[in-house]
Amino acid sequence: MASTSKATVPGGPSLGRSRPRYGELIIKVILVLAAAVSVATTIGIVAALLEPTIEFFGTVSVVEFFTSIEWGPLFSPPSFGVLPIVVATLLVTIIAMIVAIPLGLAAAIYLSEYAKPRVRKIIKPVLEVLAGIPTVVFGFFALTFVTPLLRDFLPFTLDYRNALSGGLVVGVMIIPTVASLAEDAMSAVPNSLREGAYALASSRMIVSLRVVLPAALSGIIAAIILAFSRAIGETMIVVIATGGRSIFTMNPAREMDTMASFIARAGSGDVPVGSIEYKTIFAVGALLFIMTFLMNYVSAKVVRRYREAYE
Amino acid sequence: MTVLTSIGKAASPGPRQLAGRRRPVRETVFLIALQFSLVIAIAFLAVLLAYVISKGWARLDPRLWENMPSIRRPENAGAQSAIVGTIYLMGLTALFVIPTGVLAAIYLEEYADRDKWYNRLLELNIQNLAGIPSIVYGILGLGIIARVIGLGFGLITGALTLALLVLPVVIISAREAIRAVPPSIREGSLALGATQWQTIYRQVLPSSIPGIATGSILALSRAIGEAAPLVMLGAATFVAFNPESLTDGFTALPLQIYNWIGQSRPEFGVLASSAIVVLLALLLVMNSVAILLRNRYQKRW
Repeated sequence: MASTSKATVPGGPSLGRSRPRYGELIIKVILVLAAAVSVATTIGIVAALLEPTIEFFGTVSVVEFFTSIEWGPLFSPPSFGVLPIVVATLLVTIIAMIVAIPLGLAAAIYLSEYAKPRVRKIIKPVLEVLAGIPTVVFGFFALTFVTPLLRDFLPFTLDYRNALSGGLVVGVMIIPTVASLAEDAMSAVPNSLREGAYALASSRMIVSLRVVLPAALSGIIAAIILAFSRAIGETMIVVIATGGRSIFTMNPAREMDTMASFIARAGSGDVPVGSIEYKTIFAVGALLFIMTFLMNYVSAKVVRRYREAYE
Repeated sequence: MTVLTSIGKAASPGPRQLAGRRRPVRETVFLIALQFSLVIAIAFLAVLLAYVISKGWARLDPRLWENMPSIRRPENAGAQSAIVGTIYLMGLTALFVIPTGVLAAIYLEEYADRDKWYNRLLELNIQNLAGIPSIVYGILGLGIIARVIGLGFGLITGALTLALLVLPVVIISAREAIRAVPPSIREGSLALGATQWQTIYRQVLPSSIPGIATGSILALSRAIGEAAPLVMLGAATFVAFNPESLTDGFTALPLQIYNWIGQSRPEFGVLASSAIVVLLALLLVMNSVAILLRNRYQKRW
């Protein structure tokens, strides 16, 4: 207790008696245990991934996994080159970012620099609603509305499931992530900077693009990296609107499996426990976990290292 | 530097005109581009809602909640087991995640000494957990909760998996609510001789409950919309019964929707749309309650 009350009672000996309070101690232990659940979750995830992944690489060579371009762990004979699904994941993610970065940043600039409070009060909830739509709903919309629409307009033929419509809809899904995080970063830029620029006769566009945007850059980059990692791990939209056969292609009109959609499809099928197919799910899961973990780490580092501190 | 060069450019066209009121064309174009971007996002949402509602309207009748899912007779199929499953999942998830999340938040805000390495690690860990894809939580549910702990593939495994998935959201929002209570309240209570826990239980928690409730409801609404982790738990087959015990097999609305989307007959597409309308209506109610709580009961200090 003495150490914890430090914050509120700076130093000094206690005036009263210092009888140990066992009730307080028990409560503290309970609180620590609750906080420890989050640590246990991380340990559980790593443990769940680690053992089957190690066993997987006991059967399949690391070289084959990372260099072969044949992916068909559920076929016979099976093949275990992970590149096609990694490429498909990146393709979907890049399409999503092409949608989400401009639209999300534009929304953030508008909300932070242009919008009157009354307009903000309308637009922010709309973005929150967009963020709250379940991804299975987005997937349904991508498959039954966006793909037929694209088929009517595009000069080339689209597969029934394809990376393009999946990627576009994933992009819309992450607009709120980019917009709200980037807006937070822009709102944190002190007004004195804006006022200085306005005093030098800058226009509102110049202030937004040359003063606020550079000053908030670390937060904006962090927002983009976080959105990227969300797009990589997005499952339901992709498994509904994109996923299917895994072929090594960069053509967004084709059907393809991403890492997450492979995990979901293989995981929901009747894969015998302990078989090599079963372990493949965990190996791909481990790769996905490492990729998103690195991105979140980089994002946190960017914020800490490149933040412009204004007092 | 950037400021200086930019105004150099801005001022250069035309002679000096301090009283110039005319807005340059590119300013207008820029503003229109920004507004257009927002219009795209809003229009997407509007079209999505209109499409789903218009498509699902025809089947939005009592058959949907009175009948069970059926693979053979889509004209009579319903989603009762999915609706019941979602409600059970929501209740169980709330039971697991709200106490754990709030207690963890109290520890981090009121007890943890930020100079200690383990507390910083704890915070980093929670941030990282919030960024892990939901499908990976499905692997956790499958590999650890269902198999190693041995809870099987029933309701309780689904609820535990979803609870761990949204735990970071609950912790982060509860921390914000607790942090919003000013230190003077705590100091006043401590000065009157209350112990630390008495201060938290009688002063800090009552003041932060609206914020905690709002955050928890939003986290739960995220949990019941999730399908990916449940897909991993093998709950994707047609379940024609309501779960009666914690270890019974189950289905939930997002899963049932996913399942129907995968069927080729067009009637299932309509069924999926009407189930989506039910799911969205449920989420709308939860979010409205959350916003209402936030606006009505949140204290301003």
